[in-house]
Amino acid sequence: MIPEAIAALSEQISQYGNASSLHATGRAVRKKVEEARESIATCIGSDASEVIFTGSGTEANNLAIKGFYWKAVEEDLQRNVIVVAAFEHHAILEPIEWLEEHEGATVIYIPVAAHGIIELDALAEIIKTERDYIALICVMHSNNEIGTVQPVAEVVKLAGDIPVHTDAVQSFGKVPINFAALGVTSATISAHKIGGPLGVAALVLKRGVDITPVLHGGGQERDIRSGTINAPSIVAFAVAAQRAVANRELNYSRISGMRSLLAKKIIDAVPDARINGSNLEMLPGILNMTFPGTESDSLLLMLDNAGISTSTGSACSAGVQRPSHVLLALGMSEKDVRGSLRFSLGITTSEEEINSVGEVIADVVAKVRSAYLGATK
Amino acid sequence: MKVIAAMSGGVDSAVAAARAVEAGHEVIGVHLALSNNPQKYRSGARGCCTIEDSHDARRAADVIGIPFYIWDMAEEFHDGVVENFIEEYSNGRTPNPCLRCNEKIKFAAVLDRASALGYDAVATGHYAQLNESAIGRTMHRAVDPLKDQSYVLAVLNSKQIAGAMFPLGDTHKEDVRIEAKARGLYVANKPDSHDICFIPSGNNAGWLRDRLGSEVGPIVDEAGNKVGEHQGAYTYTIGQRRGLGLSVPTEGGTPRYVLKIEPKSNTVVVGSKEALAISTITGEDPIWCGHAPVKNTEHRGFAQIRAHGAALPCMYIATDSSITAKLDEPLLGLATGQGLVIYDGDRVVGSATVSATE
Repeated sequence: MIPEAIAALSEQISQYGNASSLHATGRAVRKKVEEARESIATCIGSDASEVIFTGSGTEANNLAIKGFYWKAVEEDLQRNVIVVAAFEHHAILEPIEWLEEHEGATVIYIPVAAHGIIELDALAEIIKTERDYIALICVMHSNNEIGTVQPVAEVVKLAGDIPVHTDAVQSFGKVPINFAALGVTSATISAHKIGGPLGVAALVLKRGVDITPVLHGGGQERDIRSGTINAPSIVAFAVAAQRAVANRELNYSRISGMRSLLAKKIIDAVPDARINGSNLEMLPGILNMTFPGTESDSLLLMLDNAGISTSTGSACSAGVQRPSHVLLALGMSEKDVRGSLRFSLGITTSEEEINSVGEVIADVVAKVRSAYLGATK
Repeated sequence: MKVIAAMSGGVDSAVAAARAVEAGHEVIGVHLALSNNPQKYRSGARGCCTIEDSHDARRAADVIGIPFYIWDMAEEFHDGVVENFIEEYSNGRTPNPCLRCNEKIKFAAVLDRASALGYDAVATGHYAQLNESAIGRTMHRAVDPLKDQSYVLAVLNSKQIAGAMFPLGDTHKEDVRIEAKARGLYVANKPDSHDICFIPSGNNAGWLRDRLGSEVGPIVDEAGNKVGEHQGAYTYTIGQRRGLGLSVPTEGGTPRYVLKIEPKSNTVVVGSKEALAISTITGEDPIWCGHAPVKNTEHRGFAQIRAHGAALPCMYIATDSSITAKLDEPLLGLATGQGLVIYDGDRVVGSATVSATE
């Protein structure tokens, strides 16, 4: 968390009061929450009334997906098709797969080209044939594993009056994003990705659009999300959002410069390493690379031992690394996917850290290669 | 040394890892994921490799203060252990999968990866001892006779025992539990695992039936007369007496035992207890745990044919491709496919897979 957000959280956490209460302390807390809502709305380019606070990005995505789906089938049973990019985050794919298994949804996946951008022609074709049956289209604003920004505005144009939800958790505060200009029906943003607290996020939902709630209770957030409002975290979220947006351009150029330097250092040391995903528009802090003839869990272990934190695809509930569905969606072979690793850079990443990767990476890759060769002999 | 501690999530491997750290080694904890479809919880003393176990292993590593990783060995385990288990049964043999796992996974796939990554040894919570002497590194029984696991480790060759570390061999199990508690390892009271870890239901016969089918076949006596029917020959084991469901009793009402399993004709042969007696055991594909015996010469030693079975006094002869043990006293019933382990006192000489008995 950034210091300003910690300070805001600490101060607000001592202001005890329920923002939904009508008494003076309640009103005082409410005032802070509404100021925060307005400030976040300004940062994302929406109306304040369009910001619905939730407990996590996962919750906001579940709310959008299930909310739009249930609303659609309630109006017309035949509108049970969900169209989704094949390389979305699990917080999008899992609720959709759940609807497929339990609620009769039909899922159509939008293919992704090798460089990491969804195929708009394929989406146009899907919309052409299924238009009357589509409940919702989901396309993430930028991919969390490879960093490519997606042509969401184009998706909205193709969609016409079909609702479009975008998971903008990775993009918010990192690359330019404006809810109104983008034209999506809903977007998810989260505090913890921009130096705010854990456990608070928002679904930005167009005015006048009602979706079916997932949580039922006091209806605190626009009658769409129930649950006592987490005022201290919301206030800190707003502070973090303001800072992120204010510093965005500066951070972008700094972090993307570091990213280029890291990529260069790695390729200098390991010439056959490849970068996954490319677009003119990229998240600045993500570098995903394939090291042919390696296994990423061993790479992760060896780099971790050298004090360098990296990530692989994702782990199952037993903690076993699974080959990344994102890289598989790009058409990469399972072998190459298993040899891929993600480096994440942020505002605190230093040139010394980049240099230390450059110093150890050749030796790490050589050792992991010999382990891999031994195992596949 | 740089050491990889294989952590199952149980108390033994947790204490073993802690001891390796205390001995001054640079240790990282590794949990082996051996199943593609792990069970959520562990039921009693059965099975391992559940999601709960991987969490327990991680917690233990946190308490000890070492890095922790999970290695996916599900494919290697399936190919090297589970497939072998099914194949052996389909050939009418009774395999011991724990031996195969130590031979092919823990001290092969894991040790190989560890060495390639620059680690010197793999430490486990097995109960066995490693000694250094004039004849090199040797493996010996653990001091706790009830927990001694040297039998299932007898498949390790010289190179493998050179890369192995068994920090618990000199300790009794009850003391390991006390030590775990003192170290704040909350797995201190976790039950020991038994049985076959990849058959969590414990119903081995049912599990085999699902994979090998259940073709009904005859149960015959030694003279070839049909005395009953079975639901798949591989679910029987040599020496088995219960659950035969024979329809034709013997004249004197004496019990009958499984003498032989013939997978090709899908026949189970039963007979008297006396007919089970064997005094010579031959095993194939010998593995020497360090110092190998002089070949084609009789040696005095002990044969052990079950994980916690007795050490049977014997004379044994080793060749390049076999071990033959002549027992001082006959033994009742031994299935082929089991491990024959030879000891010289408490030292493990080597092992072979039982291929014939007489």
